[in-house]
Amino acid sequence: MFSFIARRLLVAVPTLLFLIVISAVLMHAAPGGPFNSERKLSAEVVANLQAKYGLDQPLYLQIWTYIRDLVLHFDFGPSFKYKDRTVNDIIAQGFPVTLVYGFWSFVIATILGIGAGVIAAIRQNTPTDYLVLSVAIIGAVLPGYVIAPILVLVFTLKLGWLPGGGWEDGEWRYLVLPVIALSTGYIASIARLMRSSMLETLNSNFVRTARAKGLPEWKVITRHVMKPALLPILSYLGPVFVGMITGSVVIDMYFSTGGIGKSFVDSALNRDYSVMLGVTLLVGALTIVFNLIVDVLYAFIDPKIRY
Amino acid sequence: MTKYLLLSTILSLSLAESAFAATVDPADKLAGTQTFSFWLLDSITTLDPQLIEAVEDSDVARQLFEGLYTEDGTGELVDAGAIGYTVSDDKMTYTFQLRPEAKWSNGDPVKASDYVYAWQRLVDPATASAYAWYMELMQVENATAVIAGEKLQTELGVKALDDLTLEVKLITPLPYFRKMLAHSSVLPVHKANIEAHGQKWTEPGVLVGNGAYTLTEHKPGEKAVVTRNPLYWNNAATVIESGSFLTVNDENIAFTRYEAGELDTVGIPTGMYPQLSKDRPAEASSAPRACTYYYLLNMDPEKGLEALKNISVRKALSYAVDRDILVDKVLQSGQIPAYTLAPAAMAGFTVPSVDYATMTQEARSEEAKRLLTEAGFTAENPLKLTLNYNTSEGHKSIAVAVQQFYKAVGVELTLNNMEWQVHSDIMHERTYELARSAWCGDYNEASTFLDLFTSSSGFNDVGYLNADYDTLMADSKTMDDPQPNYTKAEEILAADMPIIPIYHYTSSRMLKTDVRGYPKMNVFGTWYLKELYRVAE
Amino acid sequence: MVTAKLRAGDLSRITDMAEVKGRSLWADARKRFLLNKAAVASLLVLMFITLFSLTGEAVAPWTNEEIDFNVIGSADTKGMPSLESGHYFGTDDLGRDLFARSAQGTRVSLMVGFVGTFIAVLVGTVYGAVSGYVGGRTDAIMMRIVDILSAIPYMFVLILLLVMFGRSMFMIFVGIGLLSWLGMARIVRGQTLSLKHKEYIEAARASGVSSWKIILRHILPNLLGVVVVYTTLLIPDMIMAESFISFLGLGVQEPLTSLGALIAEGSKSIVQGSLWQLYFPLAFFTVTLYAFYFVGDGLRDALDPKDR
Repeated sequence: MFSFIARRLLVAVPTLLFLIVISAVLMHAAPGGPFNSERKLSAEVVANLQAKYGLDQPLYLQIWTYIRDLVLHFDFGPSFKYKDRTVNDIIAQGFPVTLVYGFWSFVIATILGIGAGVIAAIRQNTPTDYLVLSVAIIGAVLPGYVIAPILVLVFTLKLGWLPGGGWEDGEWRYLVLPVIALSTGYIASIARLMRSSMLETLNSNFVRTARAKGLPEWKVITRHVMKPALLPILSYLGPVFVGMITGSVVIDMYFSTGGIGKSFVDSALNRDYSVMLGVTLLVGALTIVFNLIVDVLYAFIDPKIRY
Repeated sequence: MTKYLLLSTILSLSLAESAFAATVDPADKLAGTQTFSFWLLDSITTLDPQLIEAVEDSDVARQLFEGLYTEDGTGELVDAGAIGYTVSDDKMTYTFQLRPEAKWSNGDPVKASDYVYAWQRLVDPATASAYAWYMELMQVENATAVIAGEKLQTELGVKALDDLTLEVKLITPLPYFRKMLAHSSVLPVHKANIEAHGQKWTEPGVLVGNGAYTLTEHKPGEKAVVTRNPLYWNNAATVIESGSFLTVNDENIAFTRYEAGELDTVGIPTGMYPQLSKDRPAEASSAPRACTYYYLLNMDPEKGLEALKNISVRKALSYAVDRDILVDKVLQSGQIPAYTLAPAAMAGFTVPSVDYATMTQEARSEEAKRLLTEAGFTAENPLKLTLNYNTSEGHKSIAVAVQQFYKAVGVELTLNNMEWQVHSDIMHERTYELARSAWCGDYNEASTFLDLFTSSSGFNDVGYLNADYDTLMADSKTMDDPQPNYTKAEEILAADMPIIPIYHYTSSRMLKTDVRGYPKMNVFGTWYLKELYRVAE
Repeated sequence: MVTAKLRAGDLSRITDMAEVKGRSLWADARKRFLLNKAAVASLLVLMFITLFSLTGEAVAPWTNEEIDFNVIGSADTKGMPSLESGHYFGTDDLGRDLFARSAQGTRVSLMVGFVGTFIAVLVGTVYGAVSGYVGGRTDAIMMRIVDILSAIPYMFVLILLLVMFGRSMFMIFVGIGLLSWLGMARIVRGQTLSLKHKEYIEAARASGVSSWKIILRHILPNLLGVVVVYTTLLIPDMIMAESFISFLGLGVQEPLTSLGALIAEGSKSIVQGSLWQLYFPLAFFTVTLYAFYFVGDGLRDALDPKDR
C-alpha cells in the first residue's frame, strides 16, 4: 500500500509538469494578451510591461523560469492584473475561503446525498422513494445563479436572518447561504447514484444469502450492502470536489466571499497567465491527492482490489 | 465619546467655513453612527495610484491619497494639496505652492518631492504603468522619452524647487492642464514606504497615504475598509468615521443588498430606473456621465471592409440606428441620444447641432435606404456585416436591437460576442467590420473625446485619417475658447461618420435618504468620503 | 492477410452472438420499461418537449429574434404572457417572444445534451473497460492519462477552447463532450475491476476466451446498468454545463439562445418582478431534466441484468 501511494505521488510530478506546459501553451495560443485596455498602448509601454513580467522571453524560457521559481522558492510569480499582489497572495487569501465553504458543502452534499439515496433505495417505488428523489432533483436542476439570488431575496431581504454576502473570516452566518447554494446541486447527483448502486447491491446474491440466514434487514444493510454500494459514489466524489472548486465562481460572484473561483475565471478571461497557471496547478495537485485518497479508500472497502 | 467628537466636529466646521470637506447644513442633526458603505462592481485590482486602471480602484484610492486638486460636485477644481499656483507667460511652466500643514498618515510632512517621485514613477519603465501615457497627455516635458527608456525618469519636466514648491514644465500650452491633476495617476505617494515594502506597500497597516482616510482592512473580492485619518490636515472637518467598499459582482444582488441595508448606495440595475424614480424619488437619481457609447466602423485603408470605406454606407448605418428607442426603451435611465462624440456634460462645451440629429427617425431611415441603394446595396444584394461586442448584458441588448434596425433597411448584421481581451485585440488590430466601443473622459474638457480620432491617436481604432480634423484639434490646444474648432470637428465627424455615436452615459444610483453631501451630479462619478455625512431621521 | 481474415471472422461471430443475445435482452427490457409508469410518462414528456423544440418556432407568430416595438421598454407591464399579443410565454426585456425563444433554446440545450453525452459515453466506456480489464501497466498508463487530463480544471479548458476557436455550437458540443468522458471512464474502469474478479469471468478466461470477447460479451453488458444510469446523469449535467457556460457569457451567439442563457437572463427578474422570464425557460429546463432522470431510472430497472 505504501509503495503504491509513494509511486502515485512520484507520478504526480510529471503530471504537474505536463499541466504547466499544456496550460502555458494553450494560454499563449489564445488570442488577446493580459495588458489589453480600452486604449491601444504605445509600443514602448507594452515593451515595458512585457519586460517587467518576462513576457518578452521565448515561451520555453518563460516556462523554465516559472518552474524554477516554483521549485526553488515556491513562487508562483506576480499577477498581471492584480498589480500589487502576487499569485501566492491571491491563493493564500482566496483558497482558504473556498476550502472552508467547499468543505462544508462537500460534507453536507455527501451526507444528505447518501442518506437520501439509501432511503430511496430501501423504499424503492414507494411514495417515499419518489418524494426523496423529486426533492433532491429540484435542488439539482436549479442552477446556482438562480438559487443564489432567491436565497438572498428570502433570507436577507424578506426574513432578515442572514447577511446577503461577505465572508468575515468564515463566521457561520456568512457561511450558510454559500453552502446551501453550492451543495444543493450535488446532493441529487449523489442521491441518485447511491440509490441505483444500493439497488444493485440489494439484488445481489450475497445479500440474498445474508437475508436467507435470517439476519435482520438493518444488519444486512449496514454490514453487507453499504460498503459495496459506496464504491461508485467514491469514484464520483473526486469530480464533485473539483466541481465545487470551479463551480465556486457563482458563489464568489453572488456572495462576495472572495474565494478562488472568481479569481480563476477572471484570470482566464483576463489572460492573467500566472494566476491561471497557479490556480490550475493548485486544483490539479488537489485532484491528484483526492483521486489517490479515493483509490486508497476503494482498496479498503473492496478487498478484491489489490495494488 | 463619539458624541463628544462629533460635537467638536460641528464646532470646528462652523468656524473654518471650509469648502474642502463635509459642509454640514446647520439645520441637519447628525446621526449617531457615521459610516458609509459603497458598492464596487468588481474587486479592487490595485491601490497603487500609479498602477490604477479601474474605476473601482480609484474610488478607494481617492479616500487614501490627496492630489494637488480635488473636484467638487459640479466638477470645479478645489485646492487640496496645492494652495495656489502661478503660470509663466508662455503658459508652459506651472508653479504650485503646496499646503504646508499637509501630512502623511505616518506623520511625515507632504513635500513637493513626493509629487516629483510619484510622477517620475508613473513614467518609469520599471514601473511599467499602463497609464504612463497620461503624463504624455499632460504634455509634461520629456514624458515620451522617459517612457521609451531614452531618458532617465529624473529628466521628466517636474521639479521640487523647495519642500513646498512644485514646478512643472510642459512642451505646449494646455489650457486644461490643471483639470488633469485630479486624476488618480498623479496622486503623490510616499517614497520611503514604497522602497521599504516593495510590492506589499498597499496592504492595510502598511500603506502610508495623505488622504482623509487610512486603509484598515482589505479582503480582495470581499471588501475594503477605510477609517478616518487623524493626521489628515483637515481631519476636524471629516464626519464619516469609516467607510466600507463591498464587492458585489452582480448588479441585481447589489440592489437586493442595498434594500437589505447592507449598502448605502448602488447603481440602479438596467430597466429599473423608470419605476424607481417614480416610486422612490428621494433615493433614485440619474445624472450625466462623461462617457459616450458608439460603434466603430472599420475604414482602415488596408484592413477595412471595402463597403465601409464608402461614406454613403457609413452614413446609412448611422442613420438607421434609432437612438430614441435605445435610450428610452432599452437603457431607460435617462441616457442622452448621441449624434456627436463629446457629451454635453463636459465643462464649457456645447454640443453642436449636426444635420442628421434634427431629422425624424422616419426621415433618417428613408435616407439610410436611399444611401444604401446609391451605394449599390439592394434587397437582392444586401449589405452583410458583422458586429463585434464584448460580453455584457447591456452591449448585447443594444446589439440585438441594432440588428433589427438594420434588418428594416435591408442590412444583414451578424452578432459576434467575444470576451474583452479578444475584442480589444481585434479592435486595436483593426480586423473587424463593426465593433462596440465607448470612451469615458479622463478630464473635464471636450478634447478628451475629440482627440481620440486624430490620425496619431492611440485610440483611433477605425483608421480615420482627416488632415483638417487633425489641424482643428491641434490648433484648439492653444485657443482661449476652443469651442468653434470643436464645433467644426464634430461636423466633420458627422459628415465622414467613422463612428456611429449612440448615446451619452448617465449614472443612475440609489442613495439612502439620510446621506448628505454625495456629489450626484459629478460627471466622473468622483466623490470623497470626507464630504459626506449622515443625518438623524 | 490470414490474420486479417481471421479477425474479420471473429468479429462477425461476435456480432452475431450479440444479436442473438441482444434480441431477448432488449425485448425483455422493453416489456419491463413499459410497465414503469413514471418512466413511460417521462418518455412521452421528453418526446413532447422535443416536438415543441422542433416545431414551436413555426407555431409562434413571432420569430426568436424579432423585437416587438410595442413592448420593448415596458416588458414588465406589456410583455406578460397573453394570447392576444401572440406572446404566449410573454417577452423578454427587449420585447422578443419567449415562446419562440424557449423553443429554439430548448433545441440547443437538447442538442448539447445528446451530442455531448454521446461523445463522452462512447469514448469513456470503451476507454474505461479496456483499461480496467487489461489491467497492469496498460491500466496504470491509461488511468494516469485520465488523472492528468482530469487534473486540468475542465471549465478552464472549455473557456480556453471557446476563446481560441471562437464560440460556435460545434465547439460547445465537442468541448463539453470531450471533457466529460473522464468520469465515465473512471466509473466504467472501477466496475470492470470488480467484475474482472467475478467467477464467471475468471472461468471464461480460464477456458481461453480472448480478451476482446470477454470485454464485449461479459464486461460491457454487465456495465450497461451503470452506463445507462451515468448517461442519464450526464445528459442533464451537459445541459447544466452549457447553462454555466452561458452564464459566463460564453454560450451560443445571439440571437440564438439556450435554456441556460434564457434562465440566466430571467434570473434577474427575481429582483425585478417580470417573473415569467424565468418561469417558462426554467420550467422547460426542470421538466426536461426530471424526465431524463425518470427515463434513466426506468431504463436502469429494465436493463438490470441481475433481475433476470
